[in-house]
Amino acid sequence: MIDRRRIITLAGAAGATSLAAPFVRPSWAQANTLKVGLLLPYSGTYAPLGEAINRAMELYVKQQGGKLAGREIVFAKVDDESEPAKATENTTKLISGEKVDILTGTVHSGVAMAMAKMAKEDGLPTLITNAGVEAITRGACAPNIFRTSFGNSQVGEATGLAMLKAGVKNVVTVTWKYAAGEESVAGFKKSFTAGGGKIIKDITLPFPDVEFQSILAEVGSLKPDAVYSFFAGGGALKFIKDYAGAKLNEKIPLWGPGFLTDGVEKAAGPAGDGVKTALHYVESLDNPENKKFAADFSAAYGKAPDVYAVQGWDAMQLLRIGLEAAGGDTKKRPEMFAAMSKASFPSPRGPFKLGTSHNPIQNFYLRELRGGENKYLGIAAEMLADDTTGCKLA
Amino acid sequence: MSLILLQILNGLQYGLLLFLAASGLTLVFGILGIINLAHGAFYMLGAYAALTLTARLGDIFLALAAGIPLAFAFGAAIEWLFIRHLYKRDHLQQVLLTFALILVFNEIQQTVWGNYPLSIPMPSYLSSSISLTADLGYPVYRLALMAICIVLALVMMFVIQNTRAGRLIRAAESNPEMVEALGFDSRILFRIVFATGAALAAAAGILAAPVESAYPGIGDRVLIISFVVVVIGGIGSIRGAFLGSLLIGLADAFGKVFVPKFSSVLIYALMALVLVLRPSGLFGRQ
Repeated sequence: MIDRRRIITLAGAAGATSLAAPFVRPSWAQANTLKVGLLLPYSGTYAPLGEAINRAMELYVKQQGGKLAGREIVFAKVDDESEPAKATENTTKLISGEKVDILTGTVHSGVAMAMAKMAKEDGLPTLITNAGVEAITRGACAPNIFRTSFGNSQVGEATGLAMLKAGVKNVVTVTWKYAAGEESVAGFKKSFTAGGGKIIKDITLPFPDVEFQSILAEVGSLKPDAVYSFFAGGGALKFIKDYAGAKLNEKIPLWGPGFLTDGVEKAAGPAGDGVKTALHYVESLDNPENKKFAADFSAAYGKAPDVYAVQGWDAMQLLRIGLEAAGGDTKKRPEMFAAMSKASFPSPRGPFKLGTSHNPIQNFYLRELRGGENKYLGIAAEMLADDTTGCKLA
Repeated sequence: MSLILLQILNGLQYGLLLFLAASGLTLVFGILGIINLAHGAFYMLGAYAALTLTARLGDIFLALAAGIPLAFAFGAAIEWLFIRHLYKRDHLQQVLLTFALILVFNEIQQTVWGNYPLSIPMPSYLSSSISLTADLGYPVYRLALMAICIVLALVMMFVIQNTRAGRLIRAAESNPEMVEALGFDSRILFRIVFATGAALAAAAGILAAPVESAYPGIGDRVLIISFVVVVIGGIGSIRGAFLGSLLIGLADAFGKVFVPKFSSVLIYALMALVLVLRPSGLFGRQ
């Protein structure tokens, strides 16, 4: 994978040179541009997520005439390959190499942790556009780091509340043994056991193993009321299909955070019918912001937006608020961060505001997959805040 | 008790599928001495080809029938373009070139099929599940898959052991100059072996596609586990790959349920144990 990043960088550089060469801009124009760094997966399993975030951010800026708070926005992109081992190097490329004014990204929690660590040391205004790893808005929180997505346990907590409401009592949890899965299950347990639910067993698989047959046999023998599972992408698709193939879906409803079904709605086919999930977004959400956003996004990219696109979109909304408060001057960090912390605006996901640790306080919606589409069933948790344990902001 | 029987079934099923993927790798590694990192990418291309071919032809087995010759031709072309220059070179150069092939194939996959996970339909006559216990069904397609893998394994062993082509291949492996001196073009022979390896990987990808689906990176996992199989079974040994696959399948199925804490290291521990007891693998030659 050494060369792909280099190629993207080179291609980017070549593109920039060929564009800039014919008309060398006056220096004031240079000073007026604001460079936003995007650390996102442009290759590999998470590439569709990175693409959605990227597209929504570009669409927002385009709709604002290419400018936020009077500053012309340019994007610098680095493919992080969802590879934690290269995260520091890739983040350095944006911070020191591209000298970005704003840092944004990414999908993979391991990469995001390394990125957040560097951002915290540097003090650069930073927007986390997906990764739900708890530490970023708990122990490792920072005045300059803002998350426009979710906390892993927050989504789990919301799902637990929805399952209690549905009358589920005994649950088996299934996930990959890695941070995101374990945090998700911990959040789920927190609300579910507090409401009187019982966990029969926690089953984990090594990440990213997708041989589910043996654990499905175990789930069948444990006979729970429902299964709570955290998987994403290809693994989620395979789990849903194997679950139905083992006929478990006929007796034991499958639940999970929305990542279980997002992006694989159509591919799951009939096997996915009846899978219930909770998430901070659903495409059919009935509010004016979402209607406009969905229409504009579809018009621009020929594809309906997803939760990742919304997170990218809101990152730009939040950035605009911060920049406007600072008069477009990113050196005025205290003003910028104060405005961003207090920001509250209508998002396609519903009302958006940040908690004290800079994680969104937001609605979670109960959805059911049917006929290749996540149908809106109602609100699973209203304006749910994530735990802020260990964060000394505010 | 029934859980144990179920796990035996699960383990055998996983192992047989693994065998299909690993057999091509062991052939190429054992006979040509090529470390083909792109083997998993052939599997991945097979899975995606299954998507396109079933959409065109309507059935996964028709896709298999069309896919195998396509993969064979593709493998032969790759051998002619790249691999044949590597036989006399060291492993580092082989690794570099075949790694580059992974990048190229992944890029092709991204461009042609996109990055979202995609589903490949099962044939309707095999898409049901039979009830194994009161609470658990087993997809008929998986059972059919087991049968197909067993048949393919038997055919391969027969070809290698008992046919003229098999004897030639074995001869070319141990002494290519002598085979040439006897009037056979070992370059053609090598091309056929490499193309067969690619076709086997693609066949595994096609057959597994209805249960595995197709998504980016699907070949990477297959590549690593296939190497483990090859090392356990002994490089170049089809019988070894068969036994190694089943061992890994069973270890995986039982490990996940009975010692979940160690399931991720279990197959590697198994590999280490085999290496200690038989450094050249179960059926490897010294």
